[in-house]
Amino acid sequence: MADGESSREATARTLRNAFGNVFSFFILLLIGILAFSIRLFSVIKYESVIHEFDPYFNYRVTQFLTKNGIYDFWNWFDDRTWYPLGRVIGGTVYPGLTLTAGTLWWLLNSLNIPLSVETVCVFTAPIFSAFASWATYLLTKEVKGTGAGLTAAVLLAMVPSYISRSVAGSYDNEAVAIFALIFTFYLYIKTLNTGSLFYATLNALAYFYMVCSWGGYTFIINLIPMHVLLCIVTGRYSSRLYIAYAPLVVLGTLLAALVPVVGFNAVMTSEHFASFLVFIIIHVVALVYHVKGNLSPRMFKVAVTLVVSVGLVVCCAMIAVLIALVASSPTKGWSGRSLSLLDPTYASKYIPIIASVSEHQPPTWPSYFMDINVLAFLVPAGIIACFLPLSDASSFVVLYIVTAVYFSGVMVRLMLVFAPAACIMSGIALSEAFNVLTRSIKFQLPGSSGISQSGDTSMNTEGEQNDIAKTEKMDETAKERPSKKNKRKEKEPVVKASIRSRIERRLLVLPLEASVIAIILLVLLGAFYVKVACKVDAALNVHALLTSTLEKSSRVGRWKLVHCVWAAAEAYSAPSIVLTTYSREGGLHVFDDFREAYAWLSHNTEVDDKVASWWDYGYQTTAMANRTVIVDNNTWNNTHIATVGTAMSSPEKAAWEIFNSLDVKYVLVVFGGLVGYPSDDINKFLWMVRIGGGVFPHIKEPDYLRDGQYRIDSQATPTMLNCLMYKLSYYRFVETDGKAFDRVRQTEIGKKYFKLTHFEEKASSTSSPKRSGTGKRNPWH
Amino acid sequence: MARTTSSDAQALFHSLRSAYTSTPTSLKIIDLYVCFAVFTAIIQVVYMAVVGSFPFNSFLSGVLSCVGTAVLAVCLRIQVNKENKEFKDLAPERAFADFVLCNLVLHLVIMNFLG
Repeated sequence: MADGESSREATARTLRNAFGNVFSFFILLLIGILAFSIRLFSVIKYESVIHEFDPYFNYRVTQFLTKNGIYDFWNWFDDRTWYPLGRVIGGTVYPGLTLTAGTLWWLLNSLNIPLSVETVCVFTAPIFSAFASWATYLLTKEVKGTGAGLTAAVLLAMVPSYISRSVAGSYDNEAVAIFALIFTFYLYIKTLNTGSLFYATLNALAYFYMVCSWGGYTFIINLIPMHVLLCIVTGRYSSRLYIAYAPLVVLGTLLAALVPVVGFNAVMTSEHFASFLVFIIIHVVALVYHVKGNLSPRMFKVAVTLVVSVGLVVCCAMIAVLIALVASSPTKGWSGRSLSLLDPTYASKYIPIIASVSEHQPPTWPSYFMDINVLAFLVPAGIIACFLPLSDASSFVVLYIVTAVYFSGVMVRLMLVFAPAACIMSGIALSEAFNVLTRSIKFQLPGSSGISQSGDTSMNTEGEQNDIAKTEKMDETAKERPSKKNKRKEKEPVVKASIRSRIERRLLVLPLEASVIAIILLVLLGAFYVKVACKVDAALNVHALLTSTLEKSSRVGRWKLVHCVWAAAEAYSAPSIVLTTYSREGGLHVFDDFREAYAWLSHNTEVDDKVASWWDYGYQTTAMANRTVIVDNNTWNNTHIATVGTAMSSPEKAAWEIFNSLDVKYVLVVFGGLVGYPSDDINKFLWMVRIGGGVFPHIKEPDYLRDGQYRIDSQATPTMLNCLMYKLSYYRFVETDGKAFDRVRQTEIGKKYFKLTHFEEKASSTSSPKRSGTGKRNPWH
Repeated sequence: MARTTSSDAQALFHSLRSAYTSTPTSLKIIDLYVCFAVFTAIIQVVYMAVVGSFPFNSFLSGVLSCVGTAVLAVCLRIQVNKENKEFKDLAPERAFADFVLCNLVLHLVIMNFLG
């Protein structure tokens, strides 16, 4: 009878497992749809357009790729930028994103789905964010089981930090790189858990894709060795670890060297040395473990004393050679960006061009809450959950989040690497919490199978059901066995184990009331959050969107979702190429000045004319106006940028001479003082002075500052009031409102009436009250 | 003191050798293969030190090809070793198939990189 019951139970369990698998598959599908659709706000609110600066370059490269093919792409020398130097695109660009989008476009076209390249580019990021959330599911599943995996995937689909980089239209490297990052980690953990060479090969290939797509691959090639070292030091070495690591280093290094932009750097720069060092260490350790297995303990001791005395000498020699090699290179073998990671003050001290990019600066505290929201509070709980019990996989995740927190603290941009780690941790924390709570309810109500609660935690049903099944079974076995059997438990290790685990489980059980209340509280908190947030968002009219999106989401994610939807819709969807402001009456103004300016350039100037502007606008000018620019966002030549910076901060005549020597016919200046667009050239001007002064010492920053303050009103210094940037920006500004009041700086300008002597205003955007594209022409040319 | 050390060393070598003679022949063949690969790598490094590393990609692919095959063979040895309890349920055929696949990828990359 007991046999029949247990077999019935077994079939019931397999049925439940099968049901759980199908269920989690559908949940994953919905998560993918959610991840995709939450990123479409920018398309809905604006139009299917590419955002920001770098994506325009990527778009242009993709266009070239689809038009000319892969071989021309590798050999592409671009003469429309960095005039007169030009730029070798094929060898200086991470090709992953472009190749991905190019392949997608080619695939769709060969299936007779005629999409334009731009459409494919716009939608690449949302598609890959769906992939990324699936990869998160896989990774977390390897670490802590299906329930945690699903929760983490939902969280990743909606984490604002990741949304900010992957809304439709932000066609940048990070869009595919985060997927590649998570997937590489997943394959590493998978190899570590299974010890299969097949997964090791896949891992190397995923790493290759990561190297192709983003410079952040150095994070992987340093994190994995760190984890291996951690495992070795804590005595967790296993042959699976060897199989996971050693082939990855060899294959990964070779594959990385195949990417032109990395090339020999894969073996020459210090970023990669850690992996080689650990590669050597793991071989030594593997050998030691091998020998240890073959020898008696006494003999092993002898061997150790022998080897250690010889080995120390060899090690010292090796380290000396290594240090000598590294010290002989000028930057100690580290590239500037990596150095600024290790020493946060490095960039501001030596390389103003790195420091001038806002995403290379340390984040502020609010940005943590804006970007990862409630996850920040769940992360510590997740870390604790990872230690119960600590496995190779969970120690990896802990290491990942610790390093990611550090790096995100150094550079805002790396918040993106931190976000998946935070999602994984919070997923683990939430699912563990629900596991404990529902299990304790289950434990005390063996009859009624957790109806309301398990329905509530649809995310966790899977892992939870397994647990429930286990607890039930143990409960029954406990009932069947009379207490006298406990005396014989020494003889029956199986029984002993089950009883011990039962006791452990009972220790974890919370009182029924407490757990019910806790679950209700969690759900209520979610609902409350929705209400508050809805009130806040009502003004922003997100409410209608919310209710539709909400139905898709789980209850657990609801309270977070509101913030995420708001972030996705409002904060991150703006393409920055089309601007909107709310007027005082609540109406919406759309400024399309950027595109207007570029259109003016492409229609009114000669094909070979050179346009000078600050480097921010370089990519857009080449992509949208199709004109040659002097500098662009690929800041590879500091001197060239400094030349433009010097010209902008010089008086008119000197500036004209510089621009004339560069064949420049038009100067593009972005000015937002009239409508209050804060990131215009006047606000970036101090960086121009700094970068220019770094190369040409006659430009001195104090000349532009009055008592250390940057001002453009009547207190401004004469150097400031006479420099080209000031003159171009405020030329005829007084004619707009009679007072020349700058709405960004909140002040009246210092010098209102002046004439341009060497330049001439060609066009300003006039349809709207903002002058962004001021193409100025040199009259004597 | 010196005497005990040398006798200890002798005993050590003796026990090492006796432990090694009991390993199956297939594993010994793999060991030989690994030694051969490492030896080839060392020769190349010596050659590079003497003559110079001018076509650096050729040198790199040569050395890494040897190191790579050695590493993969070690992995194979770990997986097919009967004494290793971690890989009990992994069939040796499957291990060999994985090994071949990994080698194929490795040498495809190397051929590409030789350039």
